[in-house]
Amino acid sequence: MSLLGEFALWIAFLIGIWGAAAGFTGGRTGRADLQRSSRNAVFALAITLLIAMFAVEWLLFARDFNVEYVAAETSRNLPTFYTWSALYAGQKGSLLFWATVLSIFGSLAMLLTAPRHRIYLPYVAGVVCVVAVFFITVMLGAANPFARLPFTPPDGNGMNPQLQNPGMVFHPPMLYLGYISITIPFAFAVAALLSKRLDVDWLVAIRKWTILSWLFLSIGICLGMWWAYVELGWGGYWAWDPVENASFLPWLVMTAFLHSVMIQEKRGMLKKWNLGLILAAWVLSIFGTFITRSGVIQSVHSFTQSPVGSYFSVFLFVSIVLLTILYVTRLPLLQTEAYLESLVSREASFLFNNLMLVGIAVTVLTLTIFPILSELFTGNKIQMKPPAFNVVNVPLGLALLALTGIGPLIAWRRASIPNLKRQFAVPVAAGVAGALIVLVLGMRQVAPIVTIGLACFVMGTVVQEFARGVRARHRQYGEMYPLAFFRLIARNRRRYGGYVVHTGMVMLFVAFTGMAFKIETEASLKPGESVSLRSPYGWTYTFKHLGVSQYDALNRQVTAGTVVVSRDGKTIGTMVPEKRQHVDSFGRPTFQPSTAVAIRSDLREDLYVVLGGVVGGTETAVYRFTINPLVWWVWYGGIVVAFGGVIVMWPGGTVGSNRVASGYTAKLAAANAVGAGE
Amino acid sequence: MKTGTKFAIGVGIVVVTAGWLMATGIKQSGQYFLTPTELSRKIALDPAFYDVGMKVGAHVVPGSVQRDVATSTLRFTVGDGGATYPVVFHGLPPDTFNDSVEVVVEGRLQKDGTIYATDVLAKCGSHYESVPKKA
Repeated sequence: MSLLGEFALWIAFLIGIWGAAAGFTGGRTGRADLQRSSRNAVFALAITLLIAMFAVEWLLFARDFNVEYVAAETSRNLPTFYTWSALYAGQKGSLLFWATVLSIFGSLAMLLTAPRHRIYLPYVAGVVCVVAVFFITVMLGAANPFARLPFTPPDGNGMNPQLQNPGMVFHPPMLYLGYISITIPFAFAVAALLSKRLDVDWLVAIRKWTILSWLFLSIGICLGMWWAYVELGWGGYWAWDPVENASFLPWLVMTAFLHSVMIQEKRGMLKKWNLGLILAAWVLSIFGTFITRSGVIQSVHSFTQSPVGSYFSVFLFVSIVLLTILYVTRLPLLQTEAYLESLVSREASFLFNNLMLVGIAVTVLTLTIFPILSELFTGNKIQMKPPAFNVVNVPLGLALLALTGIGPLIAWRRASIPNLKRQFAVPVAAGVAGALIVLVLGMRQVAPIVTIGLACFVMGTVVQEFARGVRARHRQYGEMYPLAFFRLIARNRRRYGGYVVHTGMVMLFVAFTGMAFKIETEASLKPGESVSLRSPYGWTYTFKHLGVSQYDALNRQVTAGTVVVSRDGKTIGTMVPEKRQHVDSFGRPTFQPSTAVAIRSDLREDLYVVLGGVVGGTETAVYRFTINPLVWWVWYGGIVVAFGGVIVMWPGGTVGSNRVASGYTAKLAAANAVGAGE
Repeated sequence: MKTGTKFAIGVGIVVVTAGWLMATGIKQSGQYFLTPTELSRKIALDPAFYDVGMKVGAHVVPGSVQRDVATSTLRFTVGDGGATYPVVFHGLPPDTFNDSVEVVVEGRLQKDGTIYATDVLAKCGSHYESVPKKA
């Protein structure tokens, strides 16, 4: 099987080189045979890589420990569920997964692109092949998943217990899918640049792809936060770690693009900017892989140092140089068709939205690579802690939140005073009311009050938009309100799906304020002893340590502490945090002990209990008790964001899905124009 | 004033504010990242280099770890082959901490030559990769 897999990789390598050559030449010369050949090369690439991936899975399930990758990532007693995910638990498998998914996405782009956008496809095939060849080269040169060991260990090393978590089965592939799917819009952007067909066409061709990759990135980041929270046991979900930042950067740039592209579609502005954003998003996705894989930056996540880093740095450098040359030579073709007419306009609010998003991205990037920069200029490696990130990103984030509420309210081109009054009255009132309410309730920190106020303002905007749309449909077509509501979304998926995403973002912002009210204590307790914590809502929680139990489970030895929790004297439940020592099938310990956090979650706050350890030979246990307000809202905010993204993605939409639709859309557009001052 | 100019001024204000905030952030929470050897060299050059916030990346010296679970105090020595420093830390060490890992110790070096840590991060070779045991 490993021979088959390795053979498939070599074939894929050759196919990729051919596909790239055929794609670029075919696109340039217009030779139909080469164009067809490049298209087929992408399909063939997908098939050979799938074979290689199948071979890896086969070896993993066969537990062929003579294969280095299998020995490193699995053991005899690894559950089946996690054997699947062992494919991307390690670097080598991840690279293969990456290349395979890229070739599949490439094939989908070949199949699904509308006939009038086919002109770009030879170049797209070329770019996909080049990127895939790079990943295959890394595998063949430095990280071959099929490499064999000189001996066969009796059992594998086992999967890192921190990866044995359902979140970890879905988090990496989601992030990878996000990173990888950026390559498709990127390939179209390069195709547009190479073919000099830079009208609005290529933007239309990539619309779904950009939303798709944004959606995957969003889900991937949320799952990552969830995993960090439930598995790592440090009591939070985001720490501005380089690896987290690496996933956040392309997300920010994609979000900026999704907004600014609307200006190009509507007004023919920002052409250079939009192209730049797509290229930057792709470069950042590769850069993210580079900094996490190469170990140039200190991170708790740091992956084993390997020559893979140098492959990435060369690829990154060459790509940046080539892309810059290509971009600069095409700048004259990217003249804007219109200029900004007023600072009080939809365009201007989108521009500022982009400024904030890119500003956050630049800040995060600078602070992340600051150790490298400072060593370069001063010889001292200086590292940034989370407060440095927060100092800049909290104000920028709040400004962004404000713009989320402002943007949809302002008219295109130039807003008039009566229009502004009509649009802003309700949302502003909601915002002020929200801020006043929490002030009266006793909240005193500035940032959370501002956040709550802005959150109410944005929700005011969203509700007002929906209410006006529904009322317009109700009046126009006599639809019942619920029907009008669903049709409103169904007929304007991009706009109202976008508002759903905004709602989710508001939930996330509100949830983030919760961390300002986090309460924590550590205690060493004998059986029967207890410790009390006062929650931000004014309740007193008492945690009583009952005792310690030890037992063996499937592939681990468990030490569990039992804690009875009561709120204001009334018992509300039992929490059992664990310390786990994973073992191989011979009972020998593998890896360091890991933590299983006990979490009790509701709408208002999470109780989060970590078992630190047991004093040798006694039942005295050391615990860390944390009260994390509003964490629930992070997960559900993430779900709402993803749901909104799916609405925007959903095929069909404004183009009629039933017979009356075309008449509908036109009338509705008119109604909306009246309703929202468009 | 032309709209473009006004917009440029707006952008300028935002950029300057963000830059200023970033500079503050860097000044407030930037920390030296040193290895024990670099730290000893720094001390030799600048005898006043005590009580400065820093991160020290090093290996835990095998056998040096003393845990006192009852007071949750952890004492160990870090080194990189060139220099070694004793470390004292109050709190729960991370799961992955043991006497053979690479750690990042965050804290201050005091005149007694001990690093008083406010945080200890352990780097397992990585979360995602592990070196197969040589059987």
